[in-house]
Amino acid sequence: MKILVPVKRVVDANVKVRVKPDQSGVELANVKMSMNPFDEISVEEAVRLKEKGVATEVVVVSVGPAQAQETLRTALAMGADRGILVTTDGPTESLAVAKLLAKIVAEEAPGLVILGKQAIDDDANQTGQMLAALLGWGQGTFASKVEPTADTVSVTREIDGGLETVELKLPAVVTTDLRLNEPRYASLPNIMKAKAKPIANKTPADYGVDVTPRLTTLKVTEPPKRSAGIKVKTVDELIEKLKNSGVIA
Amino acid sequence: MSYTPPLAEQRFVLETIARIDELQALPGFEAATPDLVEAVLTEAGKLAADLFAPLNVVGDKIGSKAVDGVVTTPPGFKEAYNAYAEGGWIGLGAHPEHGGQGLPFVLASAVQEQITSANMAFSLCPMLTLGAIEALQAHASPEQQALYLAPLIEGRWTGTMNLTEPQAGSDVGALRATATPAADGTWRVKGQKIFITWGEHDLTENIVHLVLARTPDAPAGTKGISLFIVPKFLVNADGSLGARNDARVVSTEHKLGIHGSPTCTMAFGDNDDCVGYLVGAENAGMRAMFTMMNHARINVGLEGVAIAERAYQQALTFAGERVQSAKFGGAREPVRIIEHADVRRMLMTVRAFTQAARAIAYLNAAAVDRAHAEADAAKKAEAQGLADLLTPVTKAFSTDIGVEMSSLALQVFGGMGFIEETGAAQHYRDSRIAPIYEGTNGIQALDLVGRKLPMDGGRHWRSLLQRERSFVGGLPKTGELGQMVPYLEDAIEALQTASVWISGNEGDKLADTAAGATPYLRMFGLTIGASLLARQAAEAARRLDVGEGDPAFLKAKIATARFFAEQLLPAAPALLGPITRGADLLYAIPEDALPG
Repeated sequence: MKILVPVKRVVDANVKVRVKPDQSGVELANVKMSMNPFDEISVEEAVRLKEKGVATEVVVVSVGPAQAQETLRTALAMGADRGILVTTDGPTESLAVAKLLAKIVAEEAPGLVILGKQAIDDDANQTGQMLAALLGWGQGTFASKVEPTADTVSVTREIDGGLETVELKLPAVVTTDLRLNEPRYASLPNIMKAKAKPIANKTPADYGVDVTPRLTTLKVTEPPKRSAGIKVKTVDELIEKLKNSGVIA
Repeated sequence: MSYTPPLAEQRFVLETIARIDELQALPGFEAATPDLVEAVLTEAGKLAADLFAPLNVVGDKIGSKAVDGVVTTPPGFKEAYNAYAEGGWIGLGAHPEHGGQGLPFVLASAVQEQITSANMAFSLCPMLTLGAIEALQAHASPEQQALYLAPLIEGRWTGTMNLTEPQAGSDVGALRATATPAADGTWRVKGQKIFITWGEHDLTENIVHLVLARTPDAPAGTKGISLFIVPKFLVNADGSLGARNDARVVSTEHKLGIHGSPTCTMAFGDNDDCVGYLVGAENAGMRAMFTMMNHARINVGLEGVAIAERAYQQALTFAGERVQSAKFGGAREPVRIIEHADVRRMLMTVRAFTQAARAIAYLNAAAVDRAHAEADAAKKAEAQGLADLLTPVTKAFSTDIGVEMSSLALQVFGGMGFIEETGAAQHYRDSRIAPIYEGTNGIQALDLVGRKLPMDGGRHWRSLLQRERSFVGGLPKTGELGQMVPYLEDAIEALQTASVWISGNEGDKLADTAAGATPYLRMFGLTIGASLLARQAAEAARRLDVGEGDPAFLKAKIATARFFAEQLLPAAPALLGPITRGADLLYAIPEDALPG
């Protein structure tokens, strides 16, 4: 079984994100970029399935600027076999990415597509679901456990009430949650080997997909600063304040 | 107390000072492309920050101690070591035929810097292994290499360096450990070694001790020293482990710092059954040990850079949070201490010295790579000369800086810096060993003036000074870069004068050379460090002009170089007097009058 893993290049999770002065978006120039952490979990899961002999090949895909090649190399250093880079300089909206992925799925015919549940830049949490809909495949989202068999995959999902296990017919789409696994550190020999692994360079036009944004960003602002709290002397005082502020009746 | 690998800075120094692009063009280093360098620094940096940095305090508090011949390392060390070894990091610079990656030493040094910043006590373990790998690659027989190198490079075993004995410290030639031939062609080693870093531990299944000892009838002094492999467990011909060798830890030392690193007293041959294997020829041990030591001296120099970097990061965080007192001459509101002029001076000083020392160390390591890989004999010799010249400077200047800067960084914390829980004190304590081991800084200064300056008729220091002089001559005379020029010219001129004076001393004037050695090395480090920072500033200015790179980083590069040249470098020409005034005042008071 071949596994397709889409990965996104995003602002590194440790970077303190700043809004551009013109409020058109967040500052990306000269900011450290890394692989979306949920996508690292997806790559790790796919590589583990390959190491278990369940998967035969792990193909990673990124849609983004030319530098997304570094993100693909990171995935290759973790153990993926080859990469596909679809270069586009504009914003990458979920639907456009899902359409591109659907075309790539048609070419590659994977048994499983494993995506991060969301990217930490726009937190859209849509691409996996849209891809499943476009393909007409089953989807197991927010996975904390993934167990494929010959023609099905059992996915344990993290839901509000606890855990839910669904069984999907293969091929299927899975999106990963935080507790699925702990991604490995790339080893030095694998970093070296990753240099030699192939990355195919594509454009949206190659797939006949129009990636023109459909959304307009009106304004990006920082969240309001937290105002200072107050100390209360008694429980009664606390309850009174909560009532006065309309938090409790 | 987190650690953030200074990736942008490391890459910039690799590009502008080590010229890793030129190294990559040399045979054997083809793999060291910019994207690989980036990936290596990023991924190793994750290990340093996520695995080793959190263990730094644990290692300091719990320490590694010997109890009944067993050394237990602090909790977490074994897991972190395994991640490092299994990740293949130990073999970064080692020969590919034994499983190494054959990448440049300067890249290995940059990785070593990260690991050392994160956890200096831990970093000594892989560093000593690297030293053993170096020595075996250069001097061991093919059979010995086949048996020992792969497990060391894979990190399944670690290596140690056994020189020091109670009566043989700086004077290695005074060592007394013996090796006598056995009937089977092996040797029986006997003696006690002290201060053996990571001499015993629970991280790996075997330890390969490299031991200096005297064979029967060996000449006195350093000419009669031979090098032996003494494995903790004997190694069978198929590489499997055999009997426990008669080489045991007696005790571990109580130390000022690096508590996580077990500093062992080792007993070899207490039961007259310590098997050793001769490396290279008899009485050629000192030369073999120097192969190992020259690399080790550069790595120890990097410890100074690494510890200063860590101390800087921590002081910077504190200074940006701690609110105390209104600004001198400002409004009455208390401000964060980073706004106070003197705190800024401390932070800038630590920053500038750290970057200057890093530049020297990387230039040094890159020269080692050139000497190794250059095909052209003249270029090879030139690179070797530069590497030899810079090694004592890298070692002594950087480790002095490590102590001074971790002290200054501690000062930023005020009273909190003196409290152990703050963590600044550990860096200060840990830094203190580096000027001592691997040849004290006094020995390094003597090595510089006595051995390195006169090499090849003084060609190497002259060509380095000429190179820097013409670089400064080519700088614009105005603008930010131009501000530095007079300071650089003064310092280079003074270094030239001092070098000529030192090189001219002969006979009984050699006492004056020895007396001036330490201030001379300081002047050398200050001057070359300033010039290398100015080179970085010039490249930063060029990139800013063409709109390449991160403007904030590049502007800071220029400001840091200027701070060094204009605020710190003036100390260099001022040392000309102390260097050249001779030994008289050192001995002016008779020894019996010194008390009181």
